[in-house]
Amino acid sequence: MLSRVAENIYWMARYVERAENTARIVTVNANLLLDLPKGIAPGWRPLVDITGANALFEEHYKDYSERNVVRFFIADERNTGSIASALIAARENCRTIRDFVPREVWELLNEIYLFAREDLPKGMTKGGRHAYLKRVIQGAQNINGLLSGTMLHDQGYDFLHLGRFLERADMTTRIIDVRSANLLPEETTELRPFETIQWVSVLKSMTAYQAYRRSEQIRVLRGPVLRFLFQNGSFPRSVVHCIEALRASLSKLPRNESALRVAGRLKRNLEGTEPRRLNQQQLHAFIDDLQVGIGELHEELARTWFPPPPETQTQSQTQD
Amino acid sequence: MSIDWNAYPSEGFYDELVAGNGHRAIAGLLADLEALGPEELVARQEAADVSIKEMGITFTVYSEEGGAIDRTWPFDIIPRIIAQSEWERVDAGLRQRVQALNLFIDDLYHDQKVIKDGVFPAEVLAKSVNFRPQCVGVDPPLGIWAHICGSDLVRDADGTLYVLEDNLRVPSGVSYMLENRLVTKRVLPELFEHYAPLPVDDYPSELFDTLAALSPRPADYPAVVVLTPGIYNSAYFEHSYLAQQMGCELVEGRDLFVDKDDCVYMRTVDGLARVDVVYRRIDDLFLDPEAFLPDSALGVPGLMRAWKAGNVALANAPGAGVADDKVVYAFVPELIRYYLDADPIIPNVPTYRCMEPDALAYTLENMERLVVKPANESGGYGMLVGPASTKAEREHFAELIKKDPRNYISQPALKLSTVPTIIGKKLEPRHVDLRPFILSADRQQVTMGGLTRVAMRKGSLVVNSSQGGGSKDTWIVPEPPQAEE
Repeated sequence: MLSRVAENIYWMARYVERAENTARIVTVNANLLLDLPKGIAPGWRPLVDITGANALFEEHYKDYSERNVVRFFIADERNTGSIASALIAARENCRTIRDFVPREVWELLNEIYLFAREDLPKGMTKGGRHAYLKRVIQGAQNINGLLSGTMLHDQGYDFLHLGRFLERADMTTRIIDVRSANLLPEETTELRPFETIQWVSVLKSMTAYQAYRRSEQIRVLRGPVLRFLFQNGSFPRSVVHCIEALRASLSKLPRNESALRVAGRLKRNLEGTEPRRLNQQQLHAFIDDLQVGIGELHEELARTWFPPPPETQTQSQTQD
Repeated sequence: MSIDWNAYPSEGFYDELVAGNGHRAIAGLLADLEALGPEELVARQEAADVSIKEMGITFTVYSEEGGAIDRTWPFDIIPRIIAQSEWERVDAGLRQRVQALNLFIDDLYHDQKVIKDGVFPAEVLAKSVNFRPQCVGVDPPLGIWAHICGSDLVRDADGTLYVLEDNLRVPSGVSYMLENRLVTKRVLPELFEHYAPLPVDDYPSELFDTLAALSPRPADYPAVVVLTPGIYNSAYFEHSYLAQQMGCELVEGRDLFVDKDDCVYMRTVDGLARVDVVYRRIDDLFLDPEAFLPDSALGVPGLMRAWKAGNVALANAPGAGVADDKVVYAFVPELIRYYLDADPIIPNVPTYRCMEPDALAYTLENMERLVVKPANESGGYGMLVGPASTKAEREHFAELIKKDPRNYISQPALKLSTVPTIIGKKLEPRHVDLRPFILSADRQQVTMGGLTRVAMRKGSLVVNSSQGGGSKDTWIVPEPPQAEE
């Protein structure tokens, strides 16, 4: 398959995944805030911290109010992590390779894009937000389902997986990082009941709550939650699952030696650590390492299979 | 409530659906449309609009700002109908025409017998903007230059069908013909079943076979690609659609590469892969910066070299556009007689070649009744429509013609036929033309009908989608037609 098409499908998958993850974290944050006492509620800023887009945010907004942060994540096209940008970019990538993806996928993606744009005013209200985000999440899930059920499971499908799982691994580590660190003041005994809520919200950000209960069979605690989200290979959003999926796709591609080496390093790093033994600071450093590894893996994919960046032509690709 | 056909103002025109001017319409269809009722018709039209939007059937209008990159394709659900017996004649006429044109193009790039024999003036060739000296002496596979041709047909008030022009460079619109059919099946299934229009869906496989027949490596499974300028091109939708339907790679110039062996390769995940046939949707001058415009980044350096070496087939062949010239058009009846020793089956619109003194004089004297066209414009640009022109415009054009008579032709202003079209909540007549597509390689194939384009503005004759035109599904209907009511 064409290198350019491989790159397009990779980015399409990343952006679809990004739209879904963004919709998830906004939903969960809204729910969490309703459960926490006003005085200690962390508000909306952690969401911006998750994506590391603080500088961009502060350039355009005065404060981290709900209204501003939600707008930044749902509607703001200047933010490449917003649902609006992600859907525009996913659609643009898909449009470029319309000959390649099943036409129902294009139609569905187009439909979600149109919905997200046309129902935006509703999505920006408190009352309409939930339904709006739910539809974005479902839309992304539908696209994934349609792709797995209708697309040729050839090299293109491998690149689709690479995009999806790389983006997902990235987002999962970000969510754990921010959600576990800054939520509650540490060691405050009277806030104990809320600690559970905090970790429940971490799980719910990834629709992992039910899976956690079934799999771990214990109440929601920091250690087991971290182990579950990092190391449970059966949960499709855990970091280890994402890395295994990446390795499986990589192993089917030609000239894969160095990419496999980077992915193997990631895997060893992940398996050689017991996340529940890490204190907050160590956990943060561990996640930093993982993120660097994820970034390196992307670089390696681009170097090996994607076309060299054009020198003079208009870049039609939307990238980070 | 029923549709008031008496209020349907079609006077002086030939309507493709409504009986009049001495022709019999396919009567049952009118009754069936009427039975649906105006509310239902409007509802179906809305369903079609939603469908088109969701299917992402789009085209680009360059002149518009911002969101114009993919405007929804304008489509009217009332089909345009042609009886199969008439179509068989048109089909034969189009084959004949394209056959003669291909012989003509091949002759121009070789011995130019047609000029030596005094049938075609050397002067016209000398001033042709689409003649490519780079192609002289080249022998494309099967001697065919225009593998895909889109010829525009119009019907005048007396019911005669004429060829208005031939597009032999990179004619577009066939994807809309296919999509129109798909949408019509969705929104008018009951009518569809009843009238059983002949299918059009085999075009992509016919196109693939046409292209594959040109492969320089016939023993292998040929690697056919569609070459597009990219997503900002107005016809990008069509490029990706055709690639998808044929199961080919859709490539941009930067995906291709001509190696020292003069073969074309594409950059793939597995490394370089050989390409045999390029269905190029890029104009000649942008194809290869080594041979044409050195600044163009759209094409592939060395592509012409590979083509001349016979290592890759290009469709349409570079230089085929020499026959797009409207002055060449004016000679097609003579070309058919010269190359095929036969009379043209479908006539040209009567055409005055301003290079001939009598025609020039006639044109200058009758400009308010004529349409004046420059030889090499497309998309409806640069014309003078006499009856709708001002005195100043006519004077301006008279100067242009006198300065360069070879570059102009004139034709009587035709009264294009109409088809009922949903405008607001009722049916009004709108002018239409028809673009069938003719494929030529080891054999010829004509689409079953073609793309019917509609001038959406009242009274307008401009059907080009780049100028706000719409489209309709075209039905070739087997006979006998339904009994008259």
